[in-house]
Amino acid sequence: MNVAVAIHDVKQDAFVPASEAGPAPKRIVVGFGFWIFLLSDIVMFSVLFAAYAVLARATAGGPTGAQLFNQVNVAIQTAFLLVSSYTCGMMSLAISTRQRLNTYTFAFITFVLGAAFLYLEVHEFASMIARGAGPQRSAFLSAFFTVVGCHGLHVTAGLLWLVVMMAQVAIKGFRPAVDRRLLCFALFWHALDIIWVWLFTAVYLIGARL
Amino acid sequence: MNLLGKLTWSAIPFDQPIIMGASGGMILGIASVVGWVALKGYVPYLWREWLTSVDHKRIGVMYIVLALLMLLRGFSDAVMMRAQQAVAAGGAQGYLPPEHFDQIFSAHGTIMIFFVAMPLVIGLMNFVVPLQLGIRDVAFPTLNSISLWLTASGILLINISLFVGEFARTGWVAYPPLSGLQFSPGVGVDYYLWSLQISGVGTLLTGINFVTTILKTRAPGMGYMRMPVFCWTALASNLMIIAVFPILTATFAMLLLDRYLGFHFFTVDAGGNAMMYVNLFWMWGHPEVYILVLPAFGVFSEVSATFSGKPLFGYRSMVAATMVICVLSCMVWLHHFFTMGASANVNAVFGIASMIIGVPTGVKIFNWLFTMYGGRLRFTVPVLWTIGFMVTFVLGGLTGVLLAVPPVDWQVHNSLFLVAHFHHVIIPGVIFGVFAGYMYWFPKAFGFKLDESWGRRAFWCWFIGFHLAFMPLYVVGLMGMTRRLQHYDVVSWQPWLIAAAAGTAIIFAGVVCQIVQFVVSIRHREELRDVTGDPWNGRTLEWSTTSPPPAWNFAFLPHVTGRDAYWSKKALARVTQGQPPEAREYKPIEVPKNTPTGFVNAFFAVVTGFALIWHIWWMAALGLVGAFVTFLAFAFREREEDEISAETLAQFDRAHAVEGAP
Amino acid sequence: MTDIQYDRAPGDISISAKPDKMDLSDVGIYTIGLTLALILTATSFWVANTSLIWVPGISLGLAVLAIAQMGVHLVFFLHITSAPDNTNNVLALAFGVFIVFLVCAGSLWIMRDLNSNMTMPPELMNLHMQR
Repeated sequence: MNVAVAIHDVKQDAFVPASEAGPAPKRIVVGFGFWIFLLSDIVMFSVLFAAYAVLARATAGGPTGAQLFNQVNVAIQTAFLLVSSYTCGMMSLAISTRQRLNTYTFAFITFVLGAAFLYLEVHEFASMIARGAGPQRSAFLSAFFTVVGCHGLHVTAGLLWLVVMMAQVAIKGFRPAVDRRLLCFALFWHALDIIWVWLFTAVYLIGARL
Repeated sequence: MNLLGKLTWSAIPFDQPIIMGASGGMILGIASVVGWVALKGYVPYLWREWLTSVDHKRIGVMYIVLALLMLLRGFSDAVMMRAQQAVAAGGAQGYLPPEHFDQIFSAHGTIMIFFVAMPLVIGLMNFVVPLQLGIRDVAFPTLNSISLWLTASGILLINISLFVGEFARTGWVAYPPLSGLQFSPGVGVDYYLWSLQISGVGTLLTGINFVTTILKTRAPGMGYMRMPVFCWTALASNLMIIAVFPILTATFAMLLLDRYLGFHFFTVDAGGNAMMYVNLFWMWGHPEVYILVLPAFGVFSEVSATFSGKPLFGYRSMVAATMVICVLSCMVWLHHFFTMGASANVNAVFGIASMIIGVPTGVKIFNWLFTMYGGRLRFTVPVLWTIGFMVTFVLGGLTGVLLAVPPVDWQVHNSLFLVAHFHHVIIPGVIFGVFAGYMYWFPKAFGFKLDESWGRRAFWCWFIGFHLAFMPLYVVGLMGMTRRLQHYDVVSWQPWLIAAAAGTAIIFAGVVCQIVQFVVSIRHREELRDVTGDPWNGRTLEWSTTSPPPAWNFAFLPHVTGRDAYWSKKALARVTQGQPPEAREYKPIEVPKNTPTGFVNAFFAVVTGFALIWHIWWMAALGLVGAFVTFLAFAFREREEDEISAETLAQFDRAHAVEGAP
Repeated sequence: MTDIQYDRAPGDISISAKPDKMDLSDVGIYTIGLTLALILTATSFWVANTSLIWVPGISLGLAVLAIAQMGVHLVFFLHITSAPDNTNNVLALAFGVFIVFLVCAGSLWIMRDLNSNMTMPPELMNLHMQR
């Protein structure tokens, strides 16, 4: 084949390096922007976690982690959140193939699992406070309630967001903007599970051994 | 339950004449401006074109306007402090009681860092970066508007603290336990914390916006090593914003939990650790000063290259130095608390790291010098600011290297030597840089240049005034004077402090010159008009647009083939002169719609912040609900973009004789 | 703008060739991820409670398992790969991890050092209490 002819057939920008290809498509721009927002959120969590690590032994004569933490509860919470991450993934697949019923179904299951996680967490907090082991008791407890509570607040925000997103799907359908927001939600939900992996390991499992 | 929380009429300091005078003046000033605007019928125009704008150019201008107004307040604080210290020697108590003086130095630092320097730098980046990258706007224009207005919320709250309640008395860093509930039970620290938390969210969103813009949306052909250096410094600065502002948010959140819910992060009892706050605060605090100074360095790179008529010397080393500073600045924070109990090993590590960070900065200085050397330097006012910076900043940086040595720091920590040092780097670095950028890009933003003679006068007043104001502080710091003193007994310090007050007066003259410059330039704007869009014979893409650029910046995104993209375009145009440019087919463009989301959200942010400060819980809840509803309204809006027709584009280009117009 | 996919948004799997039905291998990726994560979680709880492991090593083991599980999430749920279309996402993640490491390790090092340096030795502490 004549090489000169072959080159004419190739798109002009085919040999351009990625950095010179011009503005990226909107989905990638939005996805990347949300990704770095998540990373900044993880930095914020790491500060709260660092405070927990520094204050983990500052129990001021009050209850320690070993005395307070219920591993069965934590294991169930972990399972709920992990499975909800899976169902969120299923929801993402349903969205990409434009299957409305599957989207709503998996969204609902994700919501229920997330809500169950929160219920167990609130229940744990309430029982600790009832035993006099509230966040005002010691620096250790302040740090514990803050780092775990902050995660719980994020989960709550996520559930609220999920409800709004399902309303958007119902009203607007799978428009590109709605699609992008659902991508962001999925990123958020998976990231919350990643943070929980670190939390249950470092706060509950390692923290109880101090 | 009290419906208004802690808020009562006694919150207004009727018994303090200075504060009442200042507040009265401020309220009168704002009311007259708002009244004049309303009477002239400008409100619909302002709302349509500015308050709801998502255009990066408008947002950039608004940031700078807010910052310059706050500069007046921060500078007034400085004048008051210098005046107080000039007279309060021996037995004299001066005119400011300690409780007031403490609020003044706290407000001075807080305002200057968060509400002058940050918005100035962010405003410049907002205006310039998309134009230099050859694109139409940042990645997330509505988020940009939200960021601006959240900063304005923080500004409004801190200004309200002047006449409703009080401000923090803890210094701008607000160390616990002094800033904890036990020792600061009033609302002052709450004003500090909430206004900074709210504006901090805005800043973080700006960081995300600009990193995404610079990494993902540059014009075709603009590879990383073809970006202007200002964009590289903007990238480094915004990466640092994303990395460290969450640290500040979390730290303030912990202090707020201590104050509001009785937690024990930083208390003296129940296991709290106040040093943890110091550690975390400076983990944010040190990168913060580099966030401020890197874009200023970028301005100097642009100015020195343009006015020398030469490409910037050592582009690659400049980029490398910038990114090295970006990383290293996150690793030196302990030098802010050498004296607070760390062992010699830890102090040594951070001391050495702090010295190393002077190296990439030195590389930059040499690059600017070599850019000017061998070029035909035009001594415009931006160049004066640049040379003034180079001379002053190097000396200030040297005192920094001195302070990086722990044993030396042990002698002068928290003395006026330290105060002199950080002003000696921040003022020539950030302020001179922003002033240079302001004069350099003003014609692009408004279509006419600023008056050169008044600019010159302003520069010399600032330069001489700065040195007179701060060099005596080194002396008095070495003589043993601690910072933040409302009065002092060592009378031999007084002459130096009087000299410093005189220096402040000269700086004040400089500020007046700048205000006069602004008024005079508006009056003579027809003579100063920039008709070509390229008043300085610039090298980068922003100069290829009209002055001011149209809302869409570029009808066709430029295709970039090298560094200093506009310079090579001009060279090519000279070579192909006489040949008619090929006519291009205009296509309609989609631009993001203006939206009141940012402004309305900020209103609710102020409501929530004020309510939380005064413990008005129902109002805080309402504010949060309002903000949420605002977002819902935005999320469910029908149309997200406006279209600009091909005819509008073609008409604009024809009217302004832009190349390629039919 | 080009047709060639230079980049992928984080969280996107590579473009499915058959958009009309769910690609089984996509579901498979999530399922493998879930299985691995469940195994790692169960292992963590076992390690925390067993007496079969050398005690000082338990904390390290737990940390390793947690990091492994975070990796599983990143790869199987967030589809972070080392392919060139994912470079920006990986670099951003690396920067984030660097800052997190600085924050946690830096804080712990400094605070522990402050603590030990500022604690009075027992003899002096006794003298101090007696005064």
